[in-house]
Amino acid sequence: MPDAPGLELIRGEIEERHPGAVLDTGFAQERAALVVDPERILDVLRWLRETPGQGYTFLSSVHAADYLPAEPRFGVHYELLNMDRAERLRVKALLADPGEDALPEIDSCVEMYPTAEFQEREAYDFFGIVFRGHPDLRRILLPDDYVGWPQRRDFPIGGEPVTFTYNERDLG
Amino acid sequence: MEVERRKLEQPRDAEELRIRQLRARDMLRGELEGEDLERYVEERVVTTTFEKVQNWARANSMFPLTFGLACCAIEAPISLVTARYDLARFGAEALRASPRQADFIILSGRVSIKMAPVVRRLYDQMLEPKWAISMGACSSSGGMFSNYAVVQGADKFMPIDLHIPGCPPRPESVLYGFTKLQRKITGNPDPGWRRRYNAEGTEEWARGGPASAPAPDEVAAYEAARELAGA
Repeated sequence: MPDAPGLELIRGEIEERHPGAVLDTGFAQERAALVVDPERILDVLRWLRETPGQGYTFLSSVHAADYLPAEPRFGVHYELLNMDRAERLRVKALLADPGEDALPEIDSCVEMYPTAEFQEREAYDFFGIVFRGHPDLRRILLPDDYVGWPQRRDFPIGGEPVTFTYNERDLG
Repeated sequence: MEVERRKLEQPRDAEELRIRQLRARDMLRGELEGEDLERYVEERVVTTTFEKVQNWARANSMFPLTFGLACCAIEAPISLVTARYDLARFGAEALRASPRQADFIILSGRVSIKMAPVVRRLYDQMLEPKWAISMGACSSSGGMFSNYAVVQGADKFMPIDLHIPGCPPRPESVLYGFTKLQRKITGNPDPGWRRRYNAEGTEEWARGGPASAPAPDEVAAYEAARELAGA
């Protein structure tokens, strides 16, 4: 785990190589996180993977999050792992909601980390985040003809209305 | 001829037992005639209808489909066939790995919308007569999964003969439900649910025997359904 000063060192080194790519850093509960400009996510990931002394060669997870009502609304999280030092680093890219008819887009990192293929499909499946350059971007868990992005916060809960109404008045 | 109707009592002594044995032997040899034969039949034979015997045999020789959907599958059928609960006591120990050999299916767990067509297909592949038990809250009503992924009650897409409540139901509950199903089979074999669920024409009939031949309009419905499916 890079500690807070170590995280700032990483940020400084990225700043030298890719100015403006890192927007912010976060260090909470012993977890270091870089907040990255989504347009330059591949630059940062490649730098973290290939720079000697960094060596974050293993991508343990890619997942999405919906921070509604925050802006920018969507987050794509890359959980990186340095296998030699057992250090983890979280890279976040925050995506704005492009509106009703469009989907947020970010570059796919499948070329660099092949394991991301299914996980990016899952993020697409549940949050509707389009990964540009993904070889086979389609739904993975839901049926192919499913309409909607069910893990978004504004997605209706669905199912059937619960019929236990004995304390309906108390709950308002 | 007057025949006295009375319960067959235990033989009083060895001599009477011997007489009965000899009479049974004569009957099997075809040597018992006239009044003796009449009396023998009245004493020994219980008359019933063929359907009753058939349903009795069906209810006591049930083949469950080896099938599990979620956590309920640990309670049934996995626990049910173990020595502690022992579904074999009720005549249903022979779990079948193919729906074509199974008599009933236990929906043990939530049915996701992606799984529903598969479950329906398994049910359609089972041979007549067939029954379905919906086990637990999830497959009966969606349970706690009131969301985008789970069918809110399996009876939305297939006929269910019996619902067992619980989350999950204990194996004893499932045993009790199974005995209820047996009573249903011996009592009323056709509640007309196939018609209600618009599932006619999906049956696959065993070949041979007049009892297994489908009615002509069912054959027509089956052919129409196959045509629609593009088979």
